[in-house]
Amino acid sequence: MSCSEKYVDYMHDFLDEDITEEHEQELREHLHSCSACEEHFRELKKAIAFVQSTAHIKAPDNFTAKIMDNLPKEKRKVELKRWFKNHPFLAAASLFLVLMAGSILSTWNQEQQFSVSKQPNLVVENDTVIVPEGEVVKGDIVVRNGKIKIEGEVQGDVTVINGEKYMASAARVTGEISEVNEIFEWIWYHIKETTENTVNLIEDKEQSLK
Amino acid sequence: METIVKSRIAQVLKGDQNAYGEVVELYKDKVFQLCYRMLGNRHEAEDIAQEAFIRAYVNIQSFNLNKKFSSWIYRIATNLCIDRIRKKKPDYFLDAEVPGTEGLTMYSQIASDTALPEDELESLELQETVQKEISKLPDKYRSVIVLKYIEELSLNEISEILDLPLGTVKTRIHRGREALRQQLRNV
Repeated sequence: MSCSEKYVDYMHDFLDEDITEEHEQELREHLHSCSACEEHFRELKKAIAFVQSTAHIKAPDNFTAKIMDNLPKEKRKVELKRWFKNHPFLAAASLFLVLMAGSILSTWNQEQQFSVSKQPNLVVENDTVIVPEGEVVKGDIVVRNGKIKIEGEVQGDVTVINGEKYMASAARVTGEISEVNEIFEWIWYHIKETTENTVNLIEDKEQSLK
Repeated sequence: METIVKSRIAQVLKGDQNAYGEVVELYKDKVFQLCYRMLGNRHEAEDIAQEAFIRAYVNIQSFNLNKKFSSWIYRIATNLCIDRIRKKKPDYFLDAEVPGTEGLTMYSQIASDTALPEDELESLELQETVQKEISKLPDKYRSVIVLKYIEELSLNEISEILDLPLGTVKTRIHRGREALRQQLRNV
């Protein structure tokens, strides 16, 4: 090629859309007069057109799925969080169950020790609670992991959990007497009690609203 | 699009893997195309494109949220392609079995060398020819040409992706274009 390299540089500047107006003008004029350079320019544009004409190809199917399978395992925490987000009701229910079971079990474990509800005239000897003869105990009595001997009068319910009860012939209990020994019974008792408390609470509220 | 990508990446940074799936969906075709044009082989292109996305995920902590994700993923993919091209060179034997096939050697990968008359060139064959010519370019010219004319990126973006001064990018594009002109002038 006999023409100056400068024109080839101009061609590339033109193709990069990075050419000054004077250079562009100069290039145009030159291309009109020089067929070799015109051919060169045409070939450059043709090469570009060929490259651009290569059809846009798409990634293979399940490309994304394959990547997701190969990513390092994400933190458990996030997985759990997303599950909660997608199943709010199940999440609430399971959370409730977990807490419920937790609280019941923990109270069960806690309450392996002897305990008794406090009333002023109850007598406690080792693990035996005595309602003395001639005394009147007001309110409900709950005995856990211990015995109760009733010789007097109880104005209320008597509940024995994991224990035994003895009643003297003169004993009088105005409320219900119940014994709870098995864990399932105990759970049932617990739930009943909670529900009762809740109902009472609601009733109290309603009353206070009136 | 960049804003969507950024919010997804913020989620990925918090550890949400599914958000990354959406990012992959947005860029998979472009990245796969880049790899295919660089390597000239679908199988390898898929390998490298997958690898690029996995690397991007693993190193997502080092991604600067103020920059374009596309530039970042292109950069990872381009570098992986160049590595692959360089590694491939010494063990490129024609009698070697094509990976993933049985009994198919590299001989079958070469088009017959008798040039077809121009009017017989179907569009598909023309594309194969063009792809073959792109594959013949030295890797440093190939990457700029692919980024410029197939991914249609600006010179500035290319210079950012390849971490090269703008002047170097221009020179490489000029040389790449000249080389293609020589190779494709008789097609």
